[in-house]
Amino acid sequence: MQSDVEQLYQQIILDHARRRVGFGLASSGSGASGSVGESHQLNPVCGDEITLRVVLQDGAVSGVGWEGAGCAISMASASVLAELVAEEDRDRVIELVDKFRELMRSRGAETAEDPALGDASAFSGVSRYPARVKCAMLAWVALEEAVLAANR
Amino acid sequence: MTVPAAPGHPLTDAEVRRIRNDFPILGSNVGGQPLVYLDSGATSQNPISVMEAEQEYYEQRNAAVHRGAHTLAVDATEAFEAARSTIAALIGASTDELVWTSNATEALNLVAYSLSNASAGRGGEAARRFALGPGDTIVVTEMEHHANLVPWQELAARTGADLRFIPLDDDGALRLEEAASVIDSSTKVVAFTHVSNVLGIINPVAHIVALARAVGALTVLDACQSVPHLPVDVSQLGIDFMAFSGHKMLGPTGIGALYGRAELLADMPPVLTGGSMITTVTMENAGYLPPPARFEAGTQRISQAIGLAAAVNYLTETGMERIEAWEAELGVRLVQGLESLDGVTVLGPGAGTPRIGLAAFDVDGVHAHDVGQFLDSRGIAVRVGHHCAQPLHRRLGLTASTRASTYLYNTTDEVDAFLDAVSGVRTFFGAT
Repeated sequence: MQSDVEQLYQQIILDHARRRVGFGLASSGSGASGSVGESHQLNPVCGDEITLRVVLQDGAVSGVGWEGAGCAISMASASVLAELVAEEDRDRVIELVDKFRELMRSRGAETAEDPALGDASAFSGVSRYPARVKCAMLAWVALEEAVLAANR
Repeated sequence: MTVPAAPGHPLTDAEVRRIRNDFPILGSNVGGQPLVYLDSGATSQNPISVMEAEQEYYEQRNAAVHRGAHTLAVDATEAFEAARSTIAALIGASTDELVWTSNATEALNLVAYSLSNASAGRGGEAARRFALGPGDTIVVTEMEHHANLVPWQELAARTGADLRFIPLDDDGALRLEEAASVIDSSTKVVAFTHVSNVLGIINPVAHIVALARAVGALTVLDACQSVPHLPVDVSQLGIDFMAFSGHKMLGPTGIGALYGRAELLADMPPVLTGGSMITTVTMENAGYLPPPARFEAGTQRISQAIGLAAAVNYLTETGMERIEAWEAELGVRLVQGLESLDGVTVLGPGAGTPRIGLAAFDVDGVHAHDVGQFLDSRGIAVRVGHHCAQPLHRRLGLTASTRASTYLYNTTDEVDAFLDAVSGVRTFFGAT
């Protein structure tokens, strides 16, 4: 039986918080061809911030990289995202952002795990902590903005 | 609740247990664990007597103050003004030197905006000495809460004055040797905190006041973390203005106060204008009442003021010296306990520096938000983030920290439970 805090900080989250997939803006490979979009997001409550860069080529993500500092939830969320959206096409990325946002708004309601979200499903426990939803959303909001910017 | 003991003698464990019975919320559970409330620096809890005072007011006296001749209005006005006397007496001020505000933030803004109005020519000849302009300086410190920084940034921007600050050393203490050059003949205002809300250390007020006085500058003291925790006497400190908040000293939210030296308030222009602060009003002009009414436009926070007076009575009956001594013990226990943990660094000067029962710390490899969440799962309430002091954190190379802050109702057992929980943080997050 997991304690509340263990349900929140799933092992997947703690692992990603350390692995930080896609850390470094260069991870996006923005030197290569493709349209580049970037977004900077700040959570003024805690000072967490993230800059995320995405490169689109032929309507699909060819690279995603990010830099930032923050809590385990925000860092792991960015890492999971970078792994999940690599090579997905643009519309699919926006769909995943919407799915993740929906998960964060579920306030802990028992919902069937969405296979599309992969490791990001591990964040379902965060939705029960309204104060932490912003932490989890930070990178996803940046991704959404960056994709829209790249698309322009 | 009376405690017959020497003024400077710390509270005893038995007394603290009795005190706790007066605070219903301290008996509650959080997630199945007994609450350990270590966030009084953000907001303190209320004793029953405060809640009863507010309820009694609404049940028996509720009416608008300073207007109307009916019995309730007279009763309400008397209770409201008696509350002012109670708070004024706590800090050694005269009753007409105490202006009600919503909180310390509003009190600090009141001073800044009154000086701004004087700079714009309001208040006539008498207010001219409060005017600022290009060439003048306002001095703050690098450890200020945003509430004692941003209003001065705004005042500087509006008047063309320059904002300077007294820097901190690597430990987070004020560099007093530099204060003497930062404060010079151009300085019109020196605004600084009595006790840092992040470091918990008590600043040398007399030293800074002496520097300010030598150049004829006004002094503004942020006393949010001192008035609730130790004896404070405005004439002893020699400051011109002082701000504090009720909800940090066992009182309700929505009430705070500004102390202003009588001869200064008398010449200052108002900030909020409207009802209750005027003498004669024509379609073109208005005359203003003397302080404190000049600075209290509109219907006041009556039940909150009465609640705050009940809180002050609770504090003075317990004894401010005894509360100070108890918290000093808790503070040393906190700092020494945290410093003994691997990977934990206490912000600011360590044990040995005069402090209240408050300590902020950094856990190597674990973000403050995660530390706070982990402690919350043990029923322990602490503050995480920048504590409204971003420049201070930046100076110490951090964006956020975790802060534990005690009050008269906290026990040594609670401090120990907190230390035990912190000792498990790095293992849980795999930071070791």
